[in-house]
Amino acid sequence: MAGETRPPFSGPPVRGTADFPRFRICGDMALSVELGEGIDTAVNQRVHALYRTLKRCALPGILSLNPTYRSLFLQYDPTLCSFERLISAVEDALCNLDDSLKESGPVLDIPVCYGDELGPDLAEVAALHGLAQEEVIRRHTAPVYHVYMIGFTPGFPYLGGLDPALHTPRKAVPRSKVPAGSVGIAEGQTGIYPIESPGGWQLIGRTPLRLFDLNRDPPFLVEAGMAVRFYAISREQYENLSH
Amino acid sequence: MKTLAIEASGPLTTVQDAGRYGFQDKGVPVSGAMDRAALELGNRLLGNNARAAALEIFSGGFRARFLKEAFFAVTGFDPEVRLNGRGIDLWTSHTAQAGDVLSIDAGSLGLWHYLCLAGGIHVPFVLGSRSTYLRGHFGGLEGRTLRPGDVLETDPGGPQKPSGRIPESLRPPYAAHPTVRAVPGPQAEAFCPEAFDAFFSAPYRVTTRSDRMGMMLDGPRLKHRGAADIVSEGLAFGAVQVPGEGLPFVLLADCPTTGGYAKIATVLSLDLPLLVQTAPGRSLRFQAVDLLEAREAHLKRGYKIRRFFHLLRQGGP
Repeated sequence: MAGETRPPFSGPPVRGTADFPRFRICGDMALSVELGEGIDTAVNQRVHALYRTLKRCALPGILSLNPTYRSLFLQYDPTLCSFERLISAVEDALCNLDDSLKESGPVLDIPVCYGDELGPDLAEVAALHGLAQEEVIRRHTAPVYHVYMIGFTPGFPYLGGLDPALHTPRKAVPRSKVPAGSVGIAEGQTGIYPIESPGGWQLIGRTPLRLFDLNRDPPFLVEAGMAVRFYAISREQYENLSH
Repeated sequence: MKTLAIEASGPLTTVQDAGRYGFQDKGVPVSGAMDRAALELGNRLLGNNARAAALEIFSGGFRARFLKEAFFAVTGFDPEVRLNGRGIDLWTSHTAQAGDVLSIDAGSLGLWHYLCLAGGIHVPFVLGSRSTYLRGHFGGLEGRTLRPGDVLETDPGGPQKPSGRIPESLRPPYAAHPTVRAVPGPQAEAFCPEAFDAFFSAPYRVTTRSDRMGMMLDGPRLKHRGAADIVSEGLAFGAVQVPGEGLPFVLLADCPTTGGYAKIATVLSLDLPLLVQTAPGRSLRFQAVDLLEAREAHLKRGYKIRRFFHLLRQGGP
């Protein structure tokens, strides 16, 4: 490697990325590579491009790669891959980022039965914003959402692009049990609980789709970087689709 | 091969291996043994792959009957182990005959104990690992804690009869009130200098709000410079996050894959066994180290372990 000069980081300049990358040491087995500030689709797409580029090179000793909002989290075995080698691999990947690797595939449409017992917080969310429940549903089903990351529990998608009129704080007291399939809102995010878990998001509906199902191949319905959209279904359709 | 029948399972006994890596991009926690050193060394003593699945026994109250001749070892911090009522040594390979009864009970100190069996426990691999993830109801034995009546199978063991004992010098240096090394960050700058000094000098008491996901500590409150929240990012075993009220929470084996609180430090992987074995009510201290010191520690430990197992295979030490 001595004497080798690297080309400048590839791809078109992304606003707000001049101070990046930033390497954050996360103990002796993990590294976080930040590529921008805040929650921004262009930054997030760059994170996913880095994720895919590094995944392809299959560096020995890398245990896992996890793309999040604005950073890529790498876990590694320090006895198989030194910190220097890891940093070097990330630098090489940043220089060879394939920015053509953008979101691919069609938009995934997700049916949701809104309100009543399947969306116990819909009335409250509507009242808080002075909207009719139908208007909340219309605004929630309008956008195509970008899946920024998967986290919290297996298959839980963090979706950005929520209508600002629907931004709602989390519940003051989180629920100890949120049923699988629940669709929720927290501040400017919306997401879906794939398995029953505790949770503090405002629940406005439920999807009959199984986001995480080990008896299906692949077990995960939604992946980071994908685009999804919601559509409203009746309780009857929900019951039919649940079987 | 049916090897072990569970007669008493205690409060929390699960099948765990060295973790389910590679699905964190899908939100799947790593899980795996809380005390990786105890799992790895117990396995290696028996000639198993270091990552093989074993039984993780929390606290004690465990009793099982062997259904065939089997080689086994029990590792961990200070449990009371008996074979047919007679005390036997920890970190040592033993032979059991069909009908023998093994019991593991809580000692006065540690929390997590491992029953390793030659060949390793045979349960289906789920997403590349045999570890149990209780909240997801998958991995291990039907995704749940063991209960009386369960029968465990093992894979065939190696050709050699294992014999040996892990010397004290290779075991984690457990202590009732340990000092654990931690690398500052990844959000050191999010905290006031006084918070930093307090975290790396004062004792922190382990509270009862602790489980396989995390450990809540009590001690000096740590003040943030600004908000406690950060843009959600990746999380791993050993990260010390500090929510707004200022008390550190250490993420453990079943921690979620992402989190949105600033992290003041990350416990060195080699010292996680000392941390997780600290019982509620006892206290621990954190000592700041950098990555070079971590490297030295890994090299020294790796050398000692390789040398020990090399000599053991040659009939020594």
